[in-house]
Amino acid sequence: MARAASIQKKLFFTAAAWAVGLLIFFPVLWTILTSFKTEASAVASPPQFFDADWTLDNYAEVWQRSDYPRFFWNSVIISVGSTLLGLAIAIPAAWSMAFVPGKKTKDLLMWMLSTKMMPAVGVLIPMYLLFQRTGLFDTHIGLILALMLMNLPIIIWMLYTYFKEIPGEILEAARMDGASLRNEIVHVLTPMAIPGIASTLLLNIILSWNEAFWTITLTTVDAAPLSAFIASFSAPQGLFYAKLSAASTMAIAPILIVGWFSQKQLVRGLTFGAVK
Amino acid sequence: MGSITLENVNKSFGGHAVIPDASLQIEDGAFVVFVGPSGCGKSTLLRLIAGLEDTTSGVIKLDGLDVTSKGPAHRGLAMVFQSYALYPHMTVRENINFPLKMAKTDKAVADKKVADAARVLNLTDYLDRKPGMLSGGQRQRVAIGRAIVREPKAFLFDEPLSNLDAALRVNMRLEITELHQQLKTTMVYVTHDQVEAMTMADKIVVLNAGRIEQYGTPMELYRTPANRFVAGFIGSPRMNFLEGAAAEPYRAHSIGVRPEHLGISKESGAWKGTVGVAEHLGSDTFLHVHLEGSGTHTVRTDGERDFHHGDVVWLTPDASRIYRFDAEGQALRGA
Repeated sequence: MARAASIQKKLFFTAAAWAVGLLIFFPVLWTILTSFKTEASAVASPPQFFDADWTLDNYAEVWQRSDYPRFFWNSVIISVGSTLLGLAIAIPAAWSMAFVPGKKTKDLLMWMLSTKMMPAVGVLIPMYLLFQRTGLFDTHIGLILALMLMNLPIIIWMLYTYFKEIPGEILEAARMDGASLRNEIVHVLTPMAIPGIASTLLLNIILSWNEAFWTITLTTVDAAPLSAFIASFSAPQGLFYAKLSAASTMAIAPILIVGWFSQKQLVRGLTFGAVK
Repeated sequence: MGSITLENVNKSFGGHAVIPDASLQIEDGAFVVFVGPSGCGKSTLLRLIAGLEDTTSGVIKLDGLDVTSKGPAHRGLAMVFQSYALYPHMTVRENINFPLKMAKTDKAVADKKVADAARVLNLTDYLDRKPGMLSGGQRQRVAIGRAIVREPKAFLFDEPLSNLDAALRVNMRLEITELHQQLKTTMVYVTHDQVEAMTMADKIVVLNAGRIEQYGTPMELYRTPANRFVAGFIGSPRMNFLEGAAAEPYRAHSIGVRPEHLGISKESGAWKGTVGVAEHLGSDTFLHVHLEGSGTHTVRTDGERDFHHGDVVWLTPDASRIYRFDAEGQALRGA
């Protein structure tokens, strides 16, 4: 009896989990499906699925009409660059907060996080003007700086949490063994925090890759990444859903693949410290 | 060389003095044990010597040189931690080699030192394993190996055996003592276990509430404790204390008698009582005797003697081994 009930329960929760998963994934799935339909089939009402006209033309046209590789490389440079720069600043910052905290460390962490509570559009005008006047507008370095600053609070918070899990005695042992502060961070702290650092790195690459507000606002041609590439297909001629979907699929495919292959690392990193 | 001098060292955390005023001279080559109850400041004192904590005031000297403002990396000391504090991502070889790598030691020299240390500590077969694959005793040996290769001026041990089981603890105690006899390097060892202190130390520092209560050889502390705290802390089972009427004939506020200095008889003696719990250890028996009007006291007897719960007995202290204390707990010397 109890056994039957537990199987029923398991079935229910499994079905519920799948339903939630599909619900979240559905827009992505529909985008991918739409990208393989003709424009007529894409906008048909009621939506067509089994009887749709399937085609690869959208991809061919999107590829011909725009310079996908350039957008792709811009995305890579901006997301990887902002993440690496962020880590270079965040590792020492999180080290000091975790291992030599001051009286105001908690307040400082809270304050950093509070900057994430502000809507980005609130600083749109000052940011735009600053970028214009300093020559950072539509440059890689400009976007790397903007996205790094945007994600820095999250990077520091994540690393701080991982570093807190590392016993202070091990760092003290390194000091006793004659390690300088730099050696302590490079040879002991960083290798021990690799799972945490790796998941922070991955998450931030994903966040930066998908960022659309600043990347579209602060670029025109030279530094425009894939987010701008997608936006360029919702163009003056009107919306071409199938082509827009093809462009979107091409933009999200690389990061989806990276995410898929690193999911084990991501999950481990994100739940690191939850069970000690 | 490795003499350590503390001159009026004070350590306060947020206005609270953990170490109010400590002065101490540790001779080169000595094995000194800091002992005291938890929270007495013994680990803090060790960490001050290590440089892991900054002194609030006072001077710390190594070999006569003031190192108070030097960081731990520049004091030339090595430390073994309670948690072993091994680097989990490095193999045993890399762990032991780490201090040499930091000192940029020539690779051939470093390899030889690591191999020598591993041989001395029976770790040769484990050099390529990670610490996670070792037992507690082996991990402790790796921590010691990492300390040895530095050839430090002094070794600092912070309760290194408290995570080990009882049998292993006795073994490691002997190994560390032997190591000291081989290396003849100064060792400062922190423990809360007075048996460890008595068996290992050349000299013991008894700490209480951040104050150094007494500094001397184990037998000095056992025979002539400076006060009631030391008398009660050193020796196992602990000393019995009697106050009031029992202490009056000795012109003291209180007197102390060790369990091994109390005679027991079923016929006659100085103090009458009844046997409570009897702990039979085989070689010895510890009897907990309820004395009328002065509480329970421990008597150590020959394991072959037969006493049982409820027996009426008489206790007689060895007159030459009675410790007298004044109202402040300070030892009274002379008659």
